Amino acid sequence: MADLSCKIAGIDSLNPFWLASAPPTDKKYNVVRAFQAGWGGVVWKTLGIDPPVVNVSSRYGAHHDQNRRLLGINNIELISDRPLALNLQEIRECRAEWPDHVIIGSMMAPIEERAWKDLAQQIAESGVHGIELNLGCPHGMCERGMGSAIGQVPEMVEQVTRWVKEAVDIPVFTKLTPNITNILWSAEAALKGGADAVSLINTVNSIISVDLDQMVPEPMVDGKGTHGGYCGSAVKPIALNMVAEIARTPETRALEISGIGGITTWKDAAEFMALGANAVQVCTAAMIYGFRVVDDLIDGMSQWMDDQGYSSVDQFTRKAVPQVANWNELNMNFDTKAVIDPDKCIECGRCHIACEDTSHQAIAMNAKPEGGKEFVVIDEECVGCNLCYHICPVPDCITMEPVKTDKPYMTWPQHPLNPMRDAAE
Amino acid sequence: MTTQQAKPALQTGQMSAVAIADNFSDLHPPFSTLQAMAESNRCLYCYDAPCVTACPTSIDIPSFIRKISTGNPDGAAKTILSANIMGGTCARACPTEVLCEQACVRNVAEDEAVEIGSLQRYAVDHLMARNLPHPFKRAEATGKKIAVIGAGPAGLSCAHRAAMLGHDVTVFEAKPKPGGLNEYGLAAYKMTNDFAQREVEFLLGIGGITIEYGKALGRDIALADVKSSFDAVFVGVGLGATNNLGLAGEAASGVDDAIDFIENLRQASDKSTLPVGNSVVVIGGGNTAIDAAVQAKRLGADEVTLVYRRGPEHMSATEFEQELAKINGVIVRYWAKPVEIKANGRLMGMVFEKTALDASGKLVGTGETFEVKTDQVLKAIGQKIKTDDLAGMEISGGKIVVDDTYQTTAPGIFAGGDCIKSGEDLTVQSVEDGKCAAIAIDAFLKTA
Ligand SMILES: Cc1cc2nc3c(=O)[nH]c(=O)nc-3n(C[C@H](O)[C@H](O)[C@H](O)COP(=O)(O)OP(=O)(O)OC[C@H]3O[C@@H](n4cnc5c(N)ncnc54)[C@H](O)[C@@H]3O)c2cc1C
Ligand SMILES: Cc1cc2nc3c(=O)[nH]c(=O)nc-3n(C[C@H](O)[C@H](O)[C@H](O)COP(=O)(O)O)c2cc1C
Ligand code: SF4
Ligand code: SF4
Ligand code: SF4
Repeated sequence: MADLSCKIAGIDSLNPFWLASAPPTDKKYNVVRAFQAGWGGVVWKTLGIDPPVVNVSSRYGAHHDQNRRLLGINNIELISDRPLALNLQEIRECRAEWPDHVIIGSMMAPIEERAWKDLAQQIAESGVHGIELNLGCPHGMCERGMGSAIGQVPEMVEQVTRWVKEAVDIPVFTKLTPNITNILWSAEAALKGGADAVSLINTVNSIISVDLDQMVPEPMVDGKGTHGGYCGSAVKPIALNMVAEIARTPETRALEISGIGGITTWKDAAEFMALGANAVQVCTAAMIYGFRVVDDLIDGMSQWMDDQGYSSVDQFTRKAVPQVANWNELNMNFDTKAVIDPDKCIECGRCHIACEDTSHQAIAMNAKPEGGKEFVVIDEECVGCNLCYHICPVPDCITMEPVKTDKPYMTWPQHPLNPMRDAAE
Repeated sequence: MTTQQAKPALQTGQMSAVAIADNFSDLHPPFSTLQAMAESNRCLYCYDAPCVTACPTSIDIPSFIRKISTGNPDGAAKTILSANIMGGTCARACPTEVLCEQACVRNVAEDEAVEIGSLQRYAVDHLMARNLPHPFKRAEATGKKIAVIGAGPAGLSCAHRAAMLGHDVTVFEAKPKPGGLNEYGLAAYKMTNDFAQREVEFLLGIGGITIEYGKALGRDIALADVKSSFDAVFVGVGLGATNNLGLAGEAASGVDDAIDFIENLRQASDKSTLPVGNSVVVIGGGNTAIDAAVQAKRLGADEVTLVYRRGPEHMSATEFEQELAKINGVIVRYWAKPVEIKANGRLMGMVFEKTALDASGKLVGTGETFEVKTDQVLKAIGQKIKTDDLAGMEISGGKIVVDDTYQTTAPGIFAGGDCIKSGEDLTVQSVEDGKCAAIAIDAFLKTA
């Protein structure tokens, strides 16, 4: 079986699967159960300076699909609402009882040097492997000048990272907020401040739904609602892009990455790692299904690694990064066409109407003489957009097949139809 | 089985009232919201969906199912009812296994159709339970008067659509209650409670429809009079007569028409007081035969034998219905025809001759006979039109002849339902006939 052990920011972990700083890592009780279930590490629920925050009642909103499966949740919780000393005591106990498992202390403080340094030192003394700086929380804490209020200003990201690096001699992870225009600015700031790694993403600022009877955004707190942090599988595409941007940009690619955001299955985790994450963190999937989901993460990833012939995770970590290109680097002469397997087709007509109404009128629906219908791709019309391929309910019924061509690789900057074409071409 | 004691014929109280109530509760219990959500999400929202083509009333099935899945069951019900005003009955009584569900694309790869019938019932029941104002509006009054003969599915569907189009409708119904076979004929475990009556009440909510009960064409009213007092007439009298075996002793007590047996059962306020034979023989191969056999069994008959003159593949009862008979313990005997009724004051037994197909494919007796002891015989060998009250209309093959606008050979008189030859003799086909005939009458009145 493949070896899932990994190393991030110099910390060895049994496997790349950690629980992100959130309710699943709120106290010793949870953390012990998580380690028993097989998680390689946890990032403890964010610690702040006493007195602890107070949370409101009704905290989560939901984005369901029509089958009531959760695609994402949003929350308006704050950081740990338990006394600091109690959290630190429990961290000490967990470290002693579970020496092979990683514990990272997450922290947040007002934008004052002393506050960051004192809290970082106290947490480091509890024996954690590293410290994560929560610069992401998009609700509540930012109104107090913390969380995303810091994470959205690159200079402050650099500043707090530097303060904590100066105060402790264990690895520091700077956790980034996705609620910015360009993730590279905060990543670069973290790097300049001396971060050993960045963790991303924190939650996406959002209003998840509105109660149409009461006309109040959800979650509802006594007739009012507020924006909160969105997470779960719905945010995975946003997170993946940010991870890839950091991993492929020369100025930031030296940063190690703890990938977070919607990771639910082993495949999600493998994708994050292929695009630049050295390890991953999970929150929502555990909140929806319980700690036991780690079993699928571990089993699925090792199975896939065995099938692919990977014996260790670093053999595929960042392996997809070189293939992430700018649009201008794509081959304009590449052509792919949809192909429908008539034996698999169940004649639902979905591909036809999708292409007919919204794409390129490239799928004909013909009556068959023996009854029923046949769906045929009109090659001359098909632009290879993939829409039908994604819509078809039957696995492998529609495939996209590249067209053989002798044409050279040609990018848009080289293309004859480009009015701005490089004169040199 | 319960008892070996000899029992006098046609007795009651063979089963407790509780057991009987259970036997006649919904064959397919209604969906819960959770079931409706899960099942509606199995629908692929097909384009040019084959299920729609397979529905005689062309209900927009993908649209109504999608509305259920988005939390809009009343909108789903309106989609259904706009094509089929008796969507509630059809959801319960349609042989979906040979209609919409048979065509569902989910059969192809998974052998498991979307349960369209149950979803339809969920939506329509949801709307009807809310007692909202009638969902459809009448067009501006046309001042035209339409007579409808028969308040069965065909007549009521025609009346509803005609009223919606702005006409005033008077329905003449021979019986004391409306609904036709919805009320008197459908198996009691398909149409439970007073649904048939509630549905008629709902349908009449459109306004502009008057029903006169106890008015039979040919007995109480004459076609010529109706014709002269109305601008158009729709005949939806169904099949009022039944076929006979043509055997001596057919009049013996204990030999009944299956539909009379079912009508009694449907109308009984307490089914546990109904008499039923000890050994019941049902003759026939259609759904009526199956319904009679299963209901006799569920009423407490010890032994029910269904005898059909051909093989299972020739039965007009669907595979599902045949299966239903078997799981209810009905003994089915194929390839035998009745040749003698044994009666001695009261019914004793029935003699059958085995049958086979000869070289030319014709059904013939083999000469070999057997006897089944029985104290009740239920005949379900087909119904036919009662012709005496339909003078002036051409009848062919036992059905009223109509053109493609549902007009009979008597100008201004239209017909639909079981009394014409459209599709199968099914509730849903009758509803379609009535609806289309109303649209045709509307066009006829505009050009007349
Ligand atoms: C036992 C049985 C079970 C069935 N089960 C099913 C089933 O499960 N599913 C299904 O889809 N179909 C079923 N059918 C068929 C279905 O009931 C009929 O196709 C449908 O009811 C026909 O509708 P209709 O309006 O044409 O006739 P009917 O329902 O027969 O209605 C005719 C109406 O006209 C009235 N009438 C008759 N003569 C006169 C007159 N001279 N003057 C005034 N009024 C008159 C009658 O009283 C009746 O109300 C079953 C039929 C039977 C007999
Ligand atoms: C209820 C809740 C509370 C959270 N609290 C914190 C927190 O205290 N500190 C922190 O850094 N991130 C917090 N997060 C963000 C998660 O750690 C994680 O970054 C985010 O949920 C995205 O990952 P996911 O899609 O796997 O859930 C919280 C998330 C949730 C759902
Ligand atoms: S790939 Fe796009 S253009 Fe081609 S057939 Fe499919 S939907 Fe149409
Ligand atoms: S979407 Fe797939 S199954 Fe449906 S008609 Fe097209 S090819 Fe066939
Ligand atoms: S055929 Fe089946 S899956 Fe398709 S629309 Fe009809 S019910 Fe839905």
